[in-house]
Amino acid sequence: MELFTNQVLAGISTGAIYACMALAVVMIYQAIDHLNFAQGEMAMFSTFISWQLMQWGVPYWFAFVLTLGFSFIGGIAIERVLFKPLAKAPILTNVAGFIALYSIINSCAGLIWDFTIKQYPTPFGSSPFLGSQLISTHQAGMIGITLLMLLGLFFFFRYTRIGLAMRAAASVPESARLVGINTSWMIALGWGMAAAIGSVAGMMIAPVVFLEPNMMLGVLIYGFAAAVLGGLTSPFGAVIGGFLVGIFENLVGTYIPGVGNELKLPIALALIITVLVVKPAGLFGRPIVKRV
Amino acid sequence: MSAAEEIVVEGQAVEAVPKRAMTLGTGTSLVVLAVLLLVPLVVKNFIIFQMTMLLIYGVAVLALNILTGGSGQFSLGQSAFYAIGAYTSAILMETFGVNYALTLPIAGIICFGAGFLFGQPALRLSGVYLALATFALATAMPQLLKLGYFEKWTGGVQGLVVEKPDAPFGLPMSQDMWLYYFTLVITVAIYVASINLLRSRSGRAFMAIRDNEIAASSMGVNVALYKTLAFGVSAGITGVAGALGAIAVQFVAPDSYTITLAISLFLGMVVGGVGWLPGSFVGSAFIIFVPNIAESVSKGLSGAVFGVLLFLVIFLVPHGARQVAIVGQQLAARLRR
Repeated sequence: MELFTNQVLAGISTGAIYACMALAVVMIYQAIDHLNFAQGEMAMFSTFISWQLMQWGVPYWFAFVLTLGFSFIGGIAIERVLFKPLAKAPILTNVAGFIALYSIINSCAGLIWDFTIKQYPTPFGSSPFLGSQLISTHQAGMIGITLLMLLGLFFFFRYTRIGLAMRAAASVPESARLVGINTSWMIALGWGMAAAIGSVAGMMIAPVVFLEPNMMLGVLIYGFAAAVLGGLTSPFGAVIGGFLVGIFENLVGTYIPGVGNELKLPIALALIITVLVVKPAGLFGRPIVKRV
Repeated sequence: MSAAEEIVVEGQAVEAVPKRAMTLGTGTSLVVLAVLLLVPLVVKNFIIFQMTMLLIYGVAVLALNILTGGSGQFSLGQSAFYAIGAYTSAILMETFGVNYALTLPIAGIICFGAGFLFGQPALRLSGVYLALATFALATAMPQLLKLGYFEKWTGGVQGLVVEKPDAPFGLPMSQDMWLYYFTLVITVAIYVASINLLRSRSGRAFMAIRDNEIAASSMGVNVALYKTLAFGVSAGITGVAGALGAIAVQFVAPDSYTITLAISLFLGMVVGGVGWLPGSFVGSAFIIFVPNIAESVSKGLSGAVFGVLLFLVIFLVPHGARQVAIVGQQLAARLRR
């Protein structure tokens, strides 16, 4: 039983990473209706920027805020320059665009900061949290930040004018345009917010997985899985999905014999697909009614 | 997130491509075939090998095109079927001593079965969810191939080495050239068969499902059957391509068939034009040659160069090579007048 509790705790702490990423994935999905394959790379690039700032002697929280702002503007810029012209192109062309963006960012980061692994500082320290060996203060802080972001997003979408406009633009673009919402800029705003959330995820994850251009690859896959599991229409679902995936993954690794690190991912994904077959819109997503 | 009830008119994931617009005219096809037949006689062995790979990837992209352009389903898991085909062929040849040509239909049948079975759970999923499911398949495949249980046959992480076949009947050609012509014959056969498939009753059913699933089912199309069938056919053709690939490369290993391969095939389809079968080979040329070009432009930034080139292509021709072909056709028609 103790093993079980410990593994669940460890699962929650890795789950927080996935939850962070899943939240960013859901944000952009809400805004543009696509899964952005380059999301992880955008987060990685932001994290490198904050690292560079800290190398130049900027204090952690100041660098944190600067990076947030930079990512927000960067996300908007990417949308305006690269993806706005593709708005009318077929969906699959857009997906190819994401792959291109992925490849560009990854390669540029590799050139600027090279591929060696770098240490990344944590503002929370890394001593054991409340006497538990499995969950460190950093991981607790990460969970806290994730929940804080979720809360912030909830208030933003529920109680602000612009949040309402974004929801309207995402769910019924035509009607939103009729009441005078600039839907095109709402999409750009969605990109900016997703990039900013992604950068927070990146800065939280970096102390755990270490900083290097490919650090986000695995995380992004789990982030997608978590987002899809929780339901792509629900930020709350994404966070829960993230924790669930983390717990799944740990329990599978512990209790099913012969499952090394290599098979963890396929089994976690298989479980998720099983869930999806039963509940195609994800655990917390609303099924979408289709009209002929 | 929104409280309003969402009633969405089903957006088309894949644009409707009419049947006639899926192929090249007879004259153009014959010219292309003649070029493909004659070029190997004058170029070096390495280029012949690259052309063989172009045909093989072209067949794999074609298979994805039948699935996506034909039936409107999305797959990032083609690398898994490619791997199954490659391993089937390699194991049959090396362990059981089967003739290489005979391994192709067997690989095709096994992959058809695998695809058909995978299509069953995938039926309930569409769009991004289907993408995730197929993606899971693609990430799982290399790990499964590495498993200790199968090591006796698959050779584990090391993979298997396959012998390259000699030209039969004492024909005076190099192994590369023989393999090229062998691949060409199979490619042409698959290409013609695919066109006929899409023009048949089943092909019309695929396209009806792609254009509007609900309408198709009310017209009496068995949606579940045809969707899984599309998966099966696509997987089967991919399997044959995989088997050919194994014979051409002379080597199979788990890490040759990762998600990167699936993404490449997907890019090939987009660059070639979704739903335009000849475009598959243009797309295949893109995924084989453009990374090399990017590498030669700048070693450190090859990924960025590749990304920029890809962006250029989708900005200039968002509908891929099909768009170029249509513009070309119109120009030709104007000149004739």
